[in-house]
Amino acid sequence: MLDEETKLTLRVVFPHKVLPYLLVAPQLAITLVFFYWPAGQALYQSMLRQDPFGLKSKFVWFANFRKVLADPAYLNSIKVTVVFSLATAIVAMAVALLLAVMAEKVVRGKALYRTLMIWPYAVAPAIAGMLWLFLFNPSIGSLSYVLRSLGIAWDPLLNGSHAMILLVSAAAWKQISYNFLFFVAGLQAVPKTLIEAAAIDGARETKRFWTIIFPLLAPTTFFLLVVNTVYALFDTFGIVHAVTGGGPGKTTETLVYKVYNDGFVNLILGDSAAQSVILMVIVIALTAIQFRYVERKVHYG
Amino acid sequence: MATVDLNDVRKVYAGGVEAVKGVSIAIPDKQLCVLVGPSGCGKSTLLRMIAGLETISSGTVAIDGKIVNAVGPTERDIAMVFQNYALYPHMKVYDNMAYGLRNRGTPKAEVDSRVRSTAKVLELSGLLDRRPRELSGGQRQRVAMGRAIVRNPKVFLFDEPLSNLDAKLRGQMRVEIKSLQRRLGVTSVYVTHDQLEAMTLADMLVVMNAGLVEQIGAPLDIYEKPASTFVASFIGAPPMNLLSLSTESSANELERKLLGLAPPGGQAAMLGFRPEDAELVADAEDRSGALMLSATVEAVEPVGAETFLHCSAAGNRIVIRVGGRTAAKPGDKLRITATAEKLHWFDRGGRRLDSTSPSS
Ligand SMILES: Nc1ncnc2c1ncn2[C@@H]1O[C@H](COP(=O)(O)OP(=O)(O)OP(=O)(O)O)[C@@H](O)[C@H]1O
Ligand SMILES: [Mg+2]
Repeated sequence: MLDEETKLTLRVVFPHKVLPYLLVAPQLAITLVFFYWPAGQALYQSMLRQDPFGLKSKFVWFANFRKVLADPAYLNSIKVTVVFSLATAIVAMAVALLLAVMAEKVVRGKALYRTLMIWPYAVAPAIAGMLWLFLFNPSIGSLSYVLRSLGIAWDPLLNGSHAMILLVSAAAWKQISYNFLFFVAGLQAVPKTLIEAAAIDGARETKRFWTIIFPLLAPTTFFLLVVNTVYALFDTFGIVHAVTGGGPGKTTETLVYKVYNDGFVNLILGDSAAQSVILMVIVIALTAIQFRYVERKVHYG
Repeated sequence: MATVDLNDVRKVYAGGVEAVKGVSIAIPDKQLCVLVGPSGCGKSTLLRMIAGLETISSGTVAIDGKIVNAVGPTERDIAMVFQNYALYPHMKVYDNMAYGLRNRGTPKAEVDSRVRSTAKVLELSGLLDRRPRELSGGQRQRVAMGRAIVRNPKVFLFDEPLSNLDAKLRGQMRVEIKSLQRRLGVTSVYVTHDQLEAMTLADMLVVMNAGLVEQIGAPLDIYEKPASTFVASFIGAPPMNLLSLSTESSANELERKLLGLAPPGGQAAMLGFRPEDAELVADAEDRSGALMLSATVEAVEPVGAETFLHCSAAGNRIVIRVGGRTAAKPGDKLRITATAEKLHWFDRGGRRLDSTSPSS
């Protein structure tokens, strides 16, 4: 860490009192207008209850939260979200790690291989969803044809588990590129002499991976776990919307999708706002964890 | 426990760099062989080929009489101490040392007793629960040593293990490594570019230059009979004084003085003598059968027990060692003598000229 003196000399000193505030003003304005204001609105909205015609609204304090948290549909949505997020994060990370390890071994065309691996990241979530939807469409999908010919009764339109698998595949596929990049960087940061030392210490390749490389990737893995969970929680709306629309039934209705469904489809604004406030709390918690642990704790020096 | 035999070993890296150009060394059992040479001469490359970390382009490496070219590092039963120690940062000292034993399926109780007894030898017992980052450089070095010796391998390999330590600690560890190696009797190959380390540690010293072996021998034999001007100037600090006898300077004072001194056989092109083999004399008279030089002091370097005088003589820069303090100061004129048996002669190619063949 820097000592006090270095910190002082590193600080830029402005001759002016007003200029620094002017310089941060645009950023502050954007944050206020696009984050704090809507957040405040949501918070206010979450304590209102409207009549079915939207003519009158009443301030009800936390009644909406109590109602939402007692709702079996909401509890189901939490379960769906947990399963979906964890599955997406784990699948996306496992596949990315495997590919990154393999990319390390590529001798020729390493750069090309890596570039190709990164492309899927540029695909918009909804497009990614459509892609997978078509591939696995029970009637026209080429991959569902393969699955059926293998004797699997593939039907994501009726079978909740199949729908979930499809959703997880689409969501994970999109995130693999991002994870791949981080794992490649993480693998390169593992000192080569450590691997050589382990080889001399009698550890074969698989053993070396699990006892040396994987533990040393822990900071990367933990960081990605948080990022992927946040992604699966909040950035997958487009995919859910495109692939399953929360169905069949409510088997793939994630928390974010339920906010949309309740608020914009069913127009229960109070409940929807309460749900988004809960989501906000979750995001804040996850970010706090990320800052606390990723930046400091899971670190070898 | 094992011999190590290198037979015409070569290494050409993928980029076309020929790092090792045909090296043959036979290291007897229980010996500590030191590879010394300037930076980039291929010492590490050679060591890594013995370890199995680099492929061997041609030639053979045999451990215990068995050619191991095709054997991976995992199966060679060697241990290596790296320059940066390469300790596993996520493991405690105990696990760092136990790792190699566990990988070879040693029973738990035996792992424990071996790690603890090794830790005791290296005075690491109190540090077993720490992680590498919680250790000082010297302690890390000990852990790296511990990790190597706990396994009781056939061969130890060291790649500049002391170069990250301060001078005092380096001196201590040098003595410790030597006595440990003696006690354990494990054949060892030790790479360094520090000639002092090389001289003090080696049973067998290999001086390398540009991918080739310049000379192999016992340290003092090499010191006394360097096979080439390269070895003469590399081994010994300060290095041997070398006076060129080139034909252009045939008219100089030196040439005339040397008429009666030239060694039997060969055309001498260089004459050398060690700083400590020169004597200051008061008389201006030339002695027969000895080199006599007039020198001008240019710098005085007192280091306590001795003083080095940097002088210019007969168009060459030379260094003279005198015991204790001296009254000499820059600008002083001195008369220097070295007896014939203390002189080293080299031919135009820098090879030693001797009535007896160079020591091997
Ligand atoms: N992986 C590599 N690929 C290509 N060339 C290499 C590689 N490693 C080393 N070399 C080259 O081989 C030569 C010998 O390198 P080596 O590391 O064996 O030197 P060294 O004697 O150990 O030097 P030092 O004392 O600086 O460690 C050098 O010219 C170096 O540039
Ligand atoms: Mg080296």
